[in-house]
Amino acid sequence: MSTQDGERELDSRSEHRTGTARVKRGLAEMLRGGVIMDVVDAEQAKIAEDAGAVAVMALERVPADIRRDGGVARMSDPALVEGIQQAVTIPVMAKVRIGHFAEAQVLEALEVDYIDESEVLTPADEEHHIDKWSFQVPFVCGATNLGEALRRISEGAALIRSKGEAGTGNVVEAVRHLRSILGDMRKITTADSAERYAWAKRLQAPIELVEEIAEAGHLPVPLFCAGGLATPADAALVMQLGAEAVFVGSGIFKSADPARRALAIVEATAHFEDASIVAKVSRGLGEAMPGKEISSLEVKLADRGW
Amino acid sequence: MSVAEERAALASRRWRVGVLALQGDVREHVAVLGMLGVEPVVVRTPDDTGRLDALVIPGGESTTMSLLLRSSGLEPAVRQMVRDGLPMLGTCAGMILLAKEVLDGRPDQISFAAIDVVVRRNGFGRQVRSFETDLDVKGLDEPMHAVFIRPPVVESVGPGVDVLAEVDVPGSPGERRPVVCRQGNVVVSSFHPELSGDGRLHAELLSRVEGD
Repeated sequence: MSTQDGERELDSRSEHRTGTARVKRGLAEMLRGGVIMDVVDAEQAKIAEDAGAVAVMALERVPADIRRDGGVARMSDPALVEGIQQAVTIPVMAKVRIGHFAEAQVLEALEVDYIDESEVLTPADEEHHIDKWSFQVPFVCGATNLGEALRRISEGAALIRSKGEAGTGNVVEAVRHLRSILGDMRKITTADSAERYAWAKRLQAPIELVEEIAEAGHLPVPLFCAGGLATPADAALVMQLGAEAVFVGSGIFKSADPARRALAIVEATAHFEDASIVAKVSRGLGEAMPGKEISSLEVKLADRGW
Repeated sequence: MSVAEERAALASRRWRVGVLALQGDVREHVAVLGMLGVEPVVVRTPDDTGRLDALVIPGGESTTMSLLLRSSGLEPAVRQMVRDGLPMLGTCAGMILLAKEVLDGRPDQISFAAIDVVVRRNGFGRQVRSFETDLDVKGLDEPMHAVFIRPPVVESVGPGVDVLAEVDVPGSPGERRPVVCRQGNVVVSSFHPELSGDGRLHAELLSRVEGD
């Protein structure tokens, strides 16, 4: 990573270094303990900010609608992203298709705060992800297991989220992904030096990153949870499992009372270890989004990404 | 560890130093305080605020922390700490919350007015303008490595405020802005010393406890 940083342009007067790994990961550190909410317009973005979101994800359709409508899902219209940027003071993220570096260049030109190279959109490249080191703006990527997480980090991702199964209102896949990532990390911390090479081989990941986990006990970037969260208790569950913040997609604006549910999920995420607070905020929220059994799905979004 | 840090480590074991833990980079502040020999109190509800000797407000999203300060019932407790003159350190979002006035914020966001500065949220722009640099800080022998993440900019400081460090404004040659300020027992910074594991502002906070 230091070689990547070394290529950054230095401000000759004051040596302000932008776009470094530390600066990119730094914003993710600041989002910890918070909720990032999917929004499709400025009005929803305001509701999200009013409810205490730490950031919003600007997109044209929430995953539940992408799933229902089918067709090719692409980056949002820049006008929509700009409308949301003007509506709120918190960070604004937006999604690009896997491998679609030209969409990412557009979002960088718009100065979005984070780019999500997302399996929720239709992949543009079936073999390669974006070289994320070549951007000033930080990237978040999804992962279903530790190998996938480490490959994304080696490509320059500054934040990892579980993929879960977006648009289902069903948290089971997010739990599977978190348990897989965190469980393997716990095993690596007790691996001896020879076993670390076997782990790197098995995970198809760089040995340097495996060594880093073995020493530190956690990923070199923050680990958030996404995919299928619909209730305050879902947020408390994944935070207790070890997620450091949560993304909520369809779960808020597909529910009966989005403003109240958004606030409740924010409070449950902040106080995830305090069941009395989670109980208090969970009362009388109205209907959650209608959920889907994973076995009933025609397309599993989490299978996208390589 | 510097001499000041070692001295603080020796003296600080019995102190109750709170870290506001509603949201943000709480873990880094806890780690830095641990390095200085303090086992901090993680503050999430009013029950956690008893007999604190000092309070750290971390980096994060100031609007989210504002909302959670209200919903958790912590807002009056922190206001009382400000009135009591408790030593406080705020970094980034913490600076915003401790400032007297906030520009470009939400009209309903909390200002504890613990220090007489006016700050503008995200004053240097969006994340692509976030940066790291080395800064000289008044009273410290070696420069600090400063990581700025969508930082607040100090627009003006009141007469009782010491400016301990300034930074060049990117793209405006010759223009500098205060980034570390102190007034009485309150220290605020626009950047995140905790992200680079630098404990010297925390040691300064602990020296204020010692002064009591």
